[in-house]
Amino acid sequence: MNVTRVGAIVLRQFYLMRGSPARVFPLFAWIAIDIVLWGFITRYLNSVAHTGFDFVPALLGAVLLWNFLTRVMQGVTLAFFEDVWSRNFLNFFATPLRISEYLAGLVVTGVVTSLLGLAVMLLLAFVAFGLSFAAYGLAMAPFLFVLFLSGIALGVFGSALVLRLGPASEWLIWPIPTLVSPFAGVFYPIGVLPYWMQIVSKALPPSYVFEGMRAITAGEPAPWATLAWGGVLAVGYVGLACWTFAAVYRKAIRSGLIARYSAESVA
Amino acid sequence: MPTPIFSDNASPVPASAPVLAVQNLRKSFAALTAVDGVSFAVAPGEIVGLVGPNGAGKTTTINMVLGVLQPTSGTVAIDGLDVAKSRSAALARTNFAAVYAPLPGNLTVEQNLRVFGMIYAVPGLGDRIEELLGQFQLERYRKTKAGLLSSGEQTRLGLAKAMLNRPRLLLLDEPTASIDPSSARDIRAGIKSFVESGRGGVLWTSHNMYEVQEMCHRVLFLSHGKIVLEGDPKTLPEAHGAASLDDLFVAMAHENLHEGAAP
Repeated sequence: MNVTRVGAIVLRQFYLMRGSPARVFPLFAWIAIDIVLWGFITRYLNSVAHTGFDFVPALLGAVLLWNFLTRVMQGVTLAFFEDVWSRNFLNFFATPLRISEYLAGLVVTGVVTSLLGLAVMLLLAFVAFGLSFAAYGLAMAPFLFVLFLSGIALGVFGSALVLRLGPASEWLIWPIPTLVSPFAGVFYPIGVLPYWMQIVSKALPPSYVFEGMRAITAGEPAPWATLAWGGVLAVGYVGLACWTFAAVYRKAIRSGLIARYSAESVA
Repeated sequence: MPTPIFSDNASPVPASAPVLAVQNLRKSFAALTAVDGVSFAVAPGEIVGLVGPNGAGKTTTINMVLGVLQPTSGTVAIDGLDVAKSRSAALARTNFAAVYAPLPGNLTVEQNLRVFGMIYAVPGLGDRIEELLGQFQLERYRKTKAGLLSSGEQTRLGLAKAMLNRPRLLLLDEPTASIDPSSARDIRAGIKSFVESGRGGVLWTSHNMYEVQEMCHRVLFLSHGKIVLEGDPKTLPEAHGAASLDDLFVAMAHENLHEGAAP
């Protein structure tokens, strides 16, 4: 893998963001609104429930972590969409650039943009609602890492789908996190789901993260073994998503779709 | 190498190793064969014109040379490297400019050159960009978004990108289409100067037969995916009883149109 070529893909995204507030604003705006909205909901629930249960880490923390996963996914897909929108595939793929280098560039872009978003979310949640992840210290890192890998897998898979189906299929990608969230148990324990949904949950790495976070906030020991399994699953999904992207790309090379992508042919 | 329907032995045969060697190239899309057993070579310092009516298979051939379309059969070698087996290394030795592949309009001229220069791993990239900005008269547009440039300026930017890595093989798909005669003349002079340096060869498609006659050492007429005529564009018309290359092109296109229409 040539690091300079990966750097070129990242630099292109940096140039686009530097010159465009319309691209930078969404990195923070919607997640900030989500944090404010859920922050007040949790305050309200704390004031009416009188159960002694603290909704702030349980709900606001879940919102924050789910938004992190969504931002990682969108960081990858938005970087990919820039090439869809500017019809840049022929320019990029008729160069020495390898698919692995292109995907690595998208992933690095996703990492940087999502970390910026995470920093804003953490700051806002702490300043406005007193939610601090500092108490968890380094114990948070494995949880974030599994979410991070899951976001990358969804982002790369979503990009492969758009490459296969054409630019108009972009709308299929945005709801993916919303479709996954009921199964991932973001706001409730997996145990409340019907059996068939629990089976699906077991195949989703984020469900291990949210179950683990709920255990920690309830004062139970962190379930490292199940989280490790979630991590193994997430690594597998990243590999599968990259394989899918490469397979779709190879098919696009056979059919001529790469050269005439705007035609939206799926032959 | 299949024998063309017509051939002209007056065209110079390159003595040195070709920068592009295409062997029995074929591409079929379901029942349609877009390119049908095409073979040719481009030598260093040579400009080869690839001409033919719309739908003849020129762009399909170029896409296969660029590795963005997989041939049904046949091979493409750039500077001795098989594109199918050593794609990245082979494409590092080539570059292209095409009117249908403008550079991203949301990056400036300088940003585009920097991004593509990094992809081609151009050594001394900053200096090379300055050199190309001067050569293609783009200095004053360096901070201008490519999408805001006129079509002539965009063509010059595309050519500057195509020259970034000093390619062994330069592919130009209608490089002077939709630009004014003065800009076209400058562009032709730039490409001539590149070729006269002797380092690279050019595969050039165009519908402008006067340009092909002026620029190309050899021309390949493509029709229905096959090379039907090959030779020196300056002597071919007379050898085939035509007043000009333009007339020869029209005659060939009509002849092959009728052949293609025959049951």
